[in-house]
Amino acid sequence: MSITVYVPGDSSALSLGAEKTAVAIASEAAQRGVEIDLVRNGSRGLFWLEPLVEVATPAGRIAFGPVQASDVPGLFDADFLNGGSHALSLGLTEEIEYLKKQERLTNARVGIIDPVSLEDYLAHEGYRGLQNALQLAPADIVKQVTDSGLRGRGGAAFPTGIKWNTVLNAQGGQKYIVCNADEGDSGTFSDRMIMEDDPFVLVEGMTIAGLAVGATQGYIYLRVEYPHAHKNLNAAIAAAEKAGYLGADICGSGKAFNLEVRLGAGAYVCGEETSLLESLEGKRGLVRYKPPLPAIKGLFGQPTVINNVISLASVPIILDKGGEYYRDFGVGRSRGTLPIQLAGNIKHPGLVEKAFGITLRELLYDYGGGSATGLPIKAVQVGGPLGAFVPESQFDTPLDYEAFAANWAVLGHGGVVVFDDTVDMAKMARYAMEFCAIESCGKCTPCRIGSTRGVEVLDKIIANEDRANNIALLRDLSDVMLNSSLCALGGMTPFPVLSALNHFPEDFGAE
Amino acid sequence: MSLIRDKDYGTPASPSEKNVTLEIDGFKVTVPEGTSVMRAASSIGIEIPKLCATDSIDPFGSCRLCVCQVEGGRGYPASCTTPVSQGMKVQTENAKLNQIRKGIMELYISDHPLDCLTCPSNGNCELQDMAGTVGLREVRYGYEGKNHLKSEKDTSNPYFTFDPSKCIVCSRCVRACEETQGTFALTIDGRGFDSKISPGQNEAFMDSECVSCGACVQACPTATLMEKSVYQKGQPDHSIITTCAYCGVGCSFKAEMKGAEVVRMVPDKNGQANHGHSCVKGRFAFGYATHPDRLTTPMIRKSIHDPWQKVSWEDAINYAASEFKRIQEKYGRYSVGGLTSSRCTNEEAYLVQKLVRAAFGNNNVDTCARVCHSPTGYGLKQTLGESAGTQTFDSVMQSDVILVIGANPTDGHPVFGSLMKKRLREGAKLIVADPREIDLVKSAHVKAEYHLKLRPGTNVALVNALAHVIVTEGLVKEDFVNERCDIDSFNKWRDFVAQERNSPEASEIHTGVAAQKVREAARLYASAGNGAIYYGLGVTEHSQGSTTVIGIANLAMATGNVGREGVGVNPLRGQNNVQGSCDMGSFPHELPGYRHVADVTTRSLFESVWGVKLEAEPGLRIPNMFAAAIDGSFKGLYCEGEDIAQSDPNTQHVQEALESMECVVVQDLFLNETAKFAHVFLPGASFLEKTGTFTNAERRISPVRRVMPPKAGYEDWEVTQMLSNALGYAMDYSSAKEILDEIASLMPTFKGVSFKKLDEQGSVQWPCNDEAPDGTPTMHIGQFVRGKGRFMPTEYVPTSERTTGKYPLILTTGRILSQYNVGAQTRRTDNVAWHSEDRLEIHPHDAEDRGIVTGDKVAIRSRAGVTVLHTLVTERVQPGVVYTTFHFPESGANVITTDNSDWATNCPEYKVTAVQVEKVAGFSQWQNEFQAFTEEQLSMLEKATAAG
Ligand SMILES: Cc1cc2nc3c(=O)[nH]c(=O)nc-3n(C[C@H](O)[C@H](O)[C@H](O)COP(=O)(O)O)c2cc1C
Ligand code: SF4
Ligand code: SF4
Ligand code: SF4
Ligand code: SF4
Ligand code: FES
Repeated sequence: MSITVYVPGDSSALSLGAEKTAVAIASEAAQRGVEIDLVRNGSRGLFWLEPLVEVATPAGRIAFGPVQASDVPGLFDADFLNGGSHALSLGLTEEIEYLKKQERLTNARVGIIDPVSLEDYLAHEGYRGLQNALQLAPADIVKQVTDSGLRGRGGAAFPTGIKWNTVLNAQGGQKYIVCNADEGDSGTFSDRMIMEDDPFVLVEGMTIAGLAVGATQGYIYLRVEYPHAHKNLNAAIAAAEKAGYLGADICGSGKAFNLEVRLGAGAYVCGEETSLLESLEGKRGLVRYKPPLPAIKGLFGQPTVINNVISLASVPIILDKGGEYYRDFGVGRSRGTLPIQLAGNIKHPGLVEKAFGITLRELLYDYGGGSATGLPIKAVQVGGPLGAFVPESQFDTPLDYEAFAANWAVLGHGGVVVFDDTVDMAKMARYAMEFCAIESCGKCTPCRIGSTRGVEVLDKIIANEDRANNIALLRDLSDVMLNSSLCALGGMTPFPVLSALNHFPEDFGAE
Repeated sequence: MSLIRDKDYGTPASPSEKNVTLEIDGFKVTVPEGTSVMRAASSIGIEIPKLCATDSIDPFGSCRLCVCQVEGGRGYPASCTTPVSQGMKVQTENAKLNQIRKGIMELYISDHPLDCLTCPSNGNCELQDMAGTVGLREVRYGYEGKNHLKSEKDTSNPYFTFDPSKCIVCSRCVRACEETQGTFALTIDGRGFDSKISPGQNEAFMDSECVSCGACVQACPTATLMEKSVYQKGQPDHSIITTCAYCGVGCSFKAEMKGAEVVRMVPDKNGQANHGHSCVKGRFAFGYATHPDRLTTPMIRKSIHDPWQKVSWEDAINYAASEFKRIQEKYGRYSVGGLTSSRCTNEEAYLVQKLVRAAFGNNNVDTCARVCHSPTGYGLKQTLGESAGTQTFDSVMQSDVILVIGANPTDGHPVFGSLMKKRLREGAKLIVADPREIDLVKSAHVKAEYHLKLRPGTNVALVNALAHVIVTEGLVKEDFVNERCDIDSFNKWRDFVAQERNSPEASEIHTGVAAQKVREAARLYASAGNGAIYYGLGVTEHSQGSTTVIGIANLAMATGNVGREGVGVNPLRGQNNVQGSCDMGSFPHELPGYRHVADVTTRSLFESVWGVKLEAEPGLRIPNMFAAAIDGSFKGLYCEGEDIAQSDPNTQHVQEALESMECVVVQDLFLNETAKFAHVFLPGASFLEKTGTFTNAERRISPVRRVMPPKAGYEDWEVTQMLSNALGYAMDYSSAKEILDEIASLMPTFKGVSFKKLDEQGSVQWPCNDEAPDGTPTMHIGQFVRGKGRFMPTEYVPTSERTTGKYPLILTTGRILSQYNVGAQTRRTDNVAWHSEDRLEIHPHDAEDRGIVTGDKVAIRSRAGVTVLHTLVTERVQPGVVYTTFHFPESGANVITTDNSDWATNCPEYKVTAVQVEKVAGFSQWQNEFQAFTEEQLSMLEKATAAG
C-alpha cells in the first residue's frame, strides 16, 4: 500500500522551496522503488516551518519541517515514511502547540485537504452548509448568519446578517454577490490561504449568500498578485459546476447561482468596496459616496452583497453547525473566530485562528515567540496600513472590536505587524502618510492634497523645522482627514500617524 | 439691468412626489423625498459651502467642503450626497464644521496660484468665494510643497482656454461633459495628488473628441476653463435673456454684456428648451455679428454689373418702392413677390407676408421652409390636424424606444441630441433609419439597437414595411385606433400596408435593408411602452417627402404613440424659426395660422383688421417664381434674411431667374450670394440687435431681446414697415410688441401670447389661448386636433432620380455641428477651425474603383451640373452613396442637385441626386465662373460710393 505524503502547494511554502522539495521526494521515492501518494495540500500556516512535509501514518499525520530538497535523502534514510525519527521531525501535526491551541473554524480544512479536490472537500464536511441552506427559506438563512454574530472581516466589522437582510429586502431585478478578494493590507494572507488552500469553502459560502438574498450571479474580485489563488478558484468553480453545485440548478433545487473570478486593477483603494464595484464595472477605481449603500445600489446599480473572503468562507460552517455554534466562540460583540496573521519582526510568523478575546500579548509571545531579532517589541500595527500602532502598554487588550476601538485602534482584517525597539515611529508616521499619498484615488480633497502635505509636514518635523508648529499643523491636518475624507483610506491614515505621535512622542522630538 | 446670477441649489431637484420635513439649523423645511440636505438648505436660503456640487449634474462628494452634522448620526457627512429624511435635524455651521472647512480650503490654496487680481475669474470665482466664506486667513503649509503651478495652458480651442495650474480637480467639467453633453471627452488622468483633467488620452482639447459645447466651461468653478472673450474683455456687468438664432432647438441664453458689447453667451438655466445647455454655435459663434464683413449702409444700383452706391435709408426705401411700383404698373400686380426666412422673427415674417398681401396686393410670398419642412406641415395637418410636432423636447426623457429617421440630432440639433443621448444612457432603445452611420449609431455609451441603413430615396418603402409588420403581426393598438381614429381610413390603410408587396421581404430590393432587421425593429417600436419618432430633412427633402411624413404619422397612430409624454411624431426643425415662419402665413396659399386664402371667413377677418381687400387666389411658390422670372412674368423680389442663390436647388437655374429680374431687394447682414444679384441692399440687424419672438421645433415661442442697438440703425421689422409705407400701405407699429399683439388677435392658437406672458413664463408653447392659457406642451391629448386621426395609404413611388450607368452613385447631403446651413454666419466665426470646407464622403470600394484617395479633388457630375470637391474616404457612407455638407457657397452643392421635388409641397429632393464621381485636376466651370462673379461683386462693393 502506498503511503500518502503531503507537500504544500501554497504559495508561502512554494516561496520557501516546496516545489523542489516535492520533486525531490517524488524522485527519491521512485529511485528507491517506494510507492508514495504525493498530495499537494495547502499550508498549515506555520510559516517558519515551511516547507512542512507531512506523512500519513496510522497514528495520524506526522510533520517534518522545514524540509529543503537537500534534506530529502536523509529523511528517506531515516524512514520518515513510517514515522522514523529525524532532526526535522515535529511529531504529530495536530499536536504542534501553535496549531493545537487554535480554534480553526473557517480554516478547518486549510492545510489538510487537496484544495482542488471536490471529493476531499466533501470528505471533510464540505457542502454540508449548502445542503442545509437549500432546505431553508432565504430569510432563515439570513437569520442563521445574523444569529452567528458574524461581522465583516474585511475591516469595517459590519454585521454580515444585517447587510444580507438589506439586500434580501431590496427591490431589484438582478442581485449580485461580490467577494472582496483584493487583500491589500501589507502582512496579511488569510484570504489568500483560503482561496489557495480551500477554495471550495469560499465557493460554497458565496452560493449560500446567493440563495439567502436571491442573487444568481457572483463575482470574486481577486487581487492580481494571486495567480495560485486564481488557478485554484477556477479549478474549484469548474469542479463545482460540473458536479451541479453551481449553475442553473444547484443540487437539483431549481435555484441558480453562477460564479466568476475577475482580476483586480492592482490599486490598494480598489479593495474599498465602492471603488471595487466601479472597477468591476470596468471603470476607474474611484470611490463612490454612500448612501446609497451597495446593498441597495451596488454593482451596475443593483442590490449587491459585498463581503470579504473570510466573511464568506465563515458562512458554510455557520450553516452546517448553526449560528449558535459559531456564536459560542468569542467575547462581547465580537463573536466567532478571527484568523490572525502574524508578520513583520516576529519569530513564528503565520496564521492563528482564534476566538475573539485572546490578547495581543498571548499572540505575540505564546504564538509568535517574540521578535525575530530577539529585541523587545516596541509596537505592533494591527489592522493593516491604516491601523493604529499599539504600544507595549496595551498588549493586554483582548482582541475585540470594541476594546480596540476604546484604545483608538482597530482590528481590521486581523493583520499584526511587529516592530522591535529599533523602529523610528516618526518615520513610520511618515510612511503611513506616504502610503496614503501613493494609494489615494484622488477623488476627495482631504486625502488627495492632505496626504501629500502630510508627508511634507512630517519631513519638516523629522528635520526639526519649526517642530511645535508643524506638529500642531499635523494634528489639524489629521483632524480634517479623519473627519472629512470620503473613504477610510484618507479617513484612517490619521490612525497610524496620530497613534505614533501620541504613544511615542519622543520619536517626534519631545524632550 | 444687472448681471443675472442664477441660484445654484447644488444638486438637481428630486422628482419625487412624496414630501419629507426636516429641520436645518432650527428651521423647518419640507422638500421632496430624495432631495439632498444641501438643496433643502439652499431652498430656505441656507447656502452650505460647496465646490464640487452644482445643480446641473449629479452630486459627487469630492471636495468635502459641504460637511454637516446630523443629530444622532456619526461624523460629518457631505450635505450634497446626504439625502433628507423625515424628522432629520441638521446643523450646517458650527466651530467644528468651520474648522474642517478652513482646513480643506487651506489645502486647496496650498496648490493654487495667488494671482487673483489678474485672474479672469476675479469677481466671479467660486474658489475665491469659498476662501472668503470660510474665513481662510493663512496657509501654514507654505507654497514650496509639491504643486501644479507650472502646468502648461492649453489654448488650442478657439473659444476657451484650459489652465491646469488653477484646477481644483472637482470633476465638474468631466461630469458636465458626460451628463450634460454626453460626449465623454474628458477624463481624470493619474491618481492622488497627480490627478489631472485630460481631454481624451492626454491630448489638446482640439485634438480630442471635444465638440466645444462649453458645458465644461460653464461648470468650472475656477478660471481653469474660461472663455477667451472674458480674458480679453473682463467680467460682464449685466445680462439679458434672449434666444439663440441658429437651430430649431431654440436655446435660451443670457447675453452677458458690458455696455453694448457681448462678453459671452451663457445658456439660460431656466430655458425650457435647453435647461442651461447649448452647442458650440449658440454659445460661441456670435462673432459674426461684429464681423467687418457686416454691411451697415443701404445701397442701390441699376444693374448688377454696376458698382454699388451707398445711400440714405430714405433713398434706398424710396428707390425700392418706386421700382416695385414701376414693375407692377408695367408687368401687372402679380409680377412681384416676397420671401420671408426662417431666420426672421415671427413679427418680421408676419410683417413681410402682410406687406406682400396688403401692399403688393397678391399672395406671392413664400419661405425657405419650402425647401425644408413644408412636407411636415402638409403631412401632419392631413393626418393629425396640426402642422407641428406633437411633443416637448423633455418628453424624450419618458421614451422607451426612440426611432430616428433621416435626422442627425447630435449635429443638427445638438442640445436635443444631448438630451436624447442622456435618455439612451438611461436605457431607452434606439432605432436609426439613415443611409449614413450618423454619430448616434455608435458613440460613447450609446448604441443603436438597429441601424436600418437604407438606400437614399426609399423612406416610404421602409415605413410601409414597418407598418406591414405592425399590421400583420397583430401589433396594432386596437383600443387606441378604435377610440381615437377614423376607422374607415384605418381599414383602408391596413389593407393597403398588409399587401405582400409592402412586406419587409418585398421591400428589401428597394431599401437594401435586411427584412429580418426591419421586422425586429418594427416589433421593438410597436411594443414599446412609449415609442417616439424623431425625423428631419432626411425625410422631407424627397420627391415623396410628404408621403413619408404621413407614413410616420400612420405608424404612430397605429401603435397608439400619440397624445402623451414620451411618444409622438417629432419633426426636428432645421432653422431657428421654421415653425414660426410657417405659422405666420409665409405661404402663398395660407394666411397666418394655416388658413387657406380662399376661405372667405378668414379673408374677411384679415381684411377688416388690415383694411384692404385680399386676393383669394394662392400666389407663386419659390420654384414658380423662378420659372416665372425666367419666362419674363415675374420681375421683382423682396427677400429678407434668406440666401436662395446658395440654398435652393439647381443653382444655375436660380441664378438665371435672379438675373432675369429687374428689382431684387435683399435685406441681410452680409453681401450673401443672393445679394450679389440684388439692386437694392437693405442692411439687416442680427438677433442681438432686435426684439421679437422665435418659435422652435416644439412650438415653443421664446423672446428675442435686443441687447445692443442695431448697427444699421433699424430693426428689420422697421425696415419692412418703412418699405410698406413707401409703397403706399400704411403701417405704424411702434414696437415688435404691437405686431405680436396683432398676431395674437388674428390667430386662435396665439390668442394668449404676449410679451408680458413671455416675461412671466419665459416661453410658451402654442396653442396658447383661453383653453390653454399656459400653452400646450403635448398635443392631441384625448383627441386629435382634427377630431379623429386620419390614416392615409402611402404608395411607394421610386424617385425618377435613378442611378444609371452614367450616374451610378447617389449623392445625399447633410450638415455638421460647427457650421450652420449656408454658413454665412458660422463661416465668419472661429468655427471654421472645425470645418473649413465641404468634402465629399465616399465609401472605400467606390473610391478604389475610381482610384481616389482621401484629399483628392473630384468632379461630381449630375444631370443638372458639375462641381468639384476634395474627398474623404470613409465607411460611414455605404457603397453606392456619396455625401457632402453644403456650408460653403464655392462648393456649389446645389449646382448638382436637381429640381425634382415633393409632389405635394415642391420641397426639393436635396437628399437624392444620381451622380458620377471622377478624379480631376481643376475646379468646375461653374466654380470658376462663380469665382469670377464673386470677385466682380466684391469689387462692386469696394467701389461703392457714397450718394453724391
Ligand atoms: C482603502 C480600503 C481598502 C480596503 N481593502 C479591502 C480589501 O482588500 N479586502 C476587503 O475585504 N476589504 C477591504 N476594505 C473594506 C471594504 O471596503 C469593505 O468594508 C468590505 O469589503 C466589506 O466586506 P465585509 O463586510 O465582509 O468586511 C477596504 C477598505 C478601504 C477603505
Ligand atoms: S479618502 Fe482618498 S482614497 Fe478615499 S475617496 Fe478620498 S481620495 Fe479617494
Ligand atoms: S466643450 Fe463640451 S464636449 Fe468639449 S470637453 Fe467641454 S463639455 Fe466636453
Ligand atoms: S477644470 Fe474646472 S471644473 Fe474641471 S476639475 Fe478643474 S476646476 Fe473643476
Ligand atoms: S444652434 Fe441650436 S442647439 Fe445650438 S445653441 Fe443654438 S438653438 Fe441651441
Ligand atoms: S459640495 Fe459636497 S462634497 Fe463637494
